[in-house]
Amino acid sequence: MRRTIIYSLLMLFAILCLVPIIWLVASAFKANADFQVFAFAPPVDRLTLANFFSLFRQMPFMRFMMNSFFVAGVTVIVQLFFSSLGGFALAKYAFAGKKVIMGVMLATMMIPGPVLLAPMYELIYHLRLVDTHLGLIVPGMVNVFGMFLFRQSMLSVPDEMLQAARIDGCNEFQIFWHVVLPVSRPIIGAFCLIAFMGTWNSFLWPQIILQSSDRFTLPIGLNQMVGVYEADYGALMSGTLLAVLPVVVLFFLLQKEFIAGLTKGAVKG
Amino acid sequence: MADIAFMGVNKTYPNGFQAVHNLDLTIKDGEFLVMVGPSGCGKSTTLRMLAGLEAISSGDIFIAGQRVNDLHPQARNIAMVFQSYALYPHKTVQGNIEFPLRMAKVPADQVKARALKIARMLELEPLLKRKPGLLSGGQRQRVAMARALVRDPVAFLMDEPLSNLDAKLRVQMRAEIAALQQRTGTTTVYVTHDQVEAMTMGDRVAVFKDGFLQQVDTPQQLFERPVNTFVGSFIGSPSMNLIASRIETSGDGLALNLAGECIALGHGLAARFDNPDGSAGLVTQIGLRPEDVVEPHLAGEGQRLHGRVVLTELLGREQMVYLDLRDGTRVVARLHANHRLHTGEEIAIGIDPARLYLFQVDGRALTYR
Repeated sequence: MRRTIIYSLLMLFAILCLVPIIWLVASAFKANADFQVFAFAPPVDRLTLANFFSLFRQMPFMRFMMNSFFVAGVTVIVQLFFSSLGGFALAKYAFAGKKVIMGVMLATMMIPGPVLLAPMYELIYHLRLVDTHLGLIVPGMVNVFGMFLFRQSMLSVPDEMLQAARIDGCNEFQIFWHVVLPVSRPIIGAFCLIAFMGTWNSFLWPQIILQSSDRFTLPIGLNQMVGVYEADYGALMSGTLLAVLPVVVLFFLLQKEFIAGLTKGAVKG
Repeated sequence: MADIAFMGVNKTYPNGFQAVHNLDLTIKDGEFLVMVGPSGCGKSTTLRMLAGLEAISSGDIFIAGQRVNDLHPQARNIAMVFQSYALYPHKTVQGNIEFPLRMAKVPADQVKARALKIARMLELEPLLKRKPGLLSGGQRQRVAMARALVRDPVAFLMDEPLSNLDAKLRVQMRAEIAALQQRTGTTTVYVTHDQVEAMTMGDRVAVFKDGFLQQVDTPQQLFERPVNTFVGSFIGSPSMNLIASRIETSGDGLALNLAGECIALGHGLAARFDNPDGSAGLVTQIGLRPEDVVEPHLAGEGQRLHGRVVLTELLGREQMVYLDLRDGTRVVARLHANHRLHTGEEIAIGIDPARLYLFQVDGRALTYR
């Protein structure tokens, strides 16, 4: 009985979470005339691909997608490098001021993002990075959350393994590269997914920094479709559907590692 | 030559705890030296200082004549086997064995050949493609040994490598390691808290306590000539019995007043004292190994102690007998089991004075000729 109630509740929540996604998929294949008529999908004979054609006619969708891939890909790789290296140092080395540094890092996580928009813009402006992809990548290169994520995971790497590597002839970077990073695979998967989603969906900062339409990322490009007087919702939904696909694919690719990474340390042994 | 020398080495931790005190120790080329002692005695710290994993506070360490105090572990050309084996879980057995060679930038064809040679020597060839997670404890142990041996190091350090194995496998690996060391002839320093390992494996054994080196000698000498009560009771199982006593004159020779009973030392033993007459009245501690207790009927006149049995443990042909002497001192005797003893029984045990160990009150061995 108890199980039935629990599963029923879980099913209910799962359906609630799925509703917007079902609505998105249905809207992408619905003619604009049917948009307000059917809440979800129209009858099969009224399904259409017209929205997709309209989308590609109205905007350089593939260009935006490539921009998004470039910015998200580079950001994830750079963040992965710095976060894992920083996490390694925090987990495995004793150095003067370590606690202070960690305290300051934690404090930066407590500052709301929008507060930093103006000073960050000024900085990027002086660095002459406004309206460049570097302007999106540079501020996100170091991810404090990622560093703590890696620190937590690397604390569980036995010190004896590092010492064995030291005796086997590794310098400190080689220990990181050949030993610690490979055994941190689950957390790398989890971090890549989180970092990729964050950058891929990022809207506010690119909206401020980017001015030339050929440099737009997907969220900014799609937003151009919502005008003051009219909005082509069908095309917008088909674009949104295409935009979420890479994240979904990435999730299924990294699913095993993502879940292993998030539950790591939860179970002893 | 890969002699190893510690000269006046001290190790003090930042919290002020001194783990190693003024250590002077030389290990000869090709020697198998075992460091033994209870937990926290400084043996592992000493090994880690030798490996370069722990900085020394003062003194010098030499490997093959070279002062290595400030050398990084990789520059010391030593290999180490850890208690947890510390294998790389993401690499196969082959990857683990080859790793030190790859780090040393050995040409690829040589890497494969050398790894294969060592794998064959340790019977690991069928396991080369497996990951450590799929190996048994004994197999992991051998992979750790192979990884250490493959580099042809000047010295081989082992930190309690058998303590994670079950008893049977431990005995088997003990013999394998000793045989391997004899075959390769590599200087080996082996740390353990198990005195049986120490006695069976080492050419020489160094006994540590509270950061001080107590004695370093061959297993036989340690057993027969312990420098103090600690070494005497640490080496040997069950431990040596320590009984307070006083040397007295009796008739024409010396005797021991032991738990209120008089044991004649006999002319032979008494003559070994520098000054037999002046020894009378000396308060001492007597060391009596359980296996040196003789059946009462075999003991000479005036060489028996009486007591009451409090516990017996039957070990097949032998029995361990715990008994309280007349003054309440508890002693353990290893006796033949053909006559089973029972709790509460009043018995006599025989003492052979020639097999007694004599210590001063402060625990140091009494020097005699």
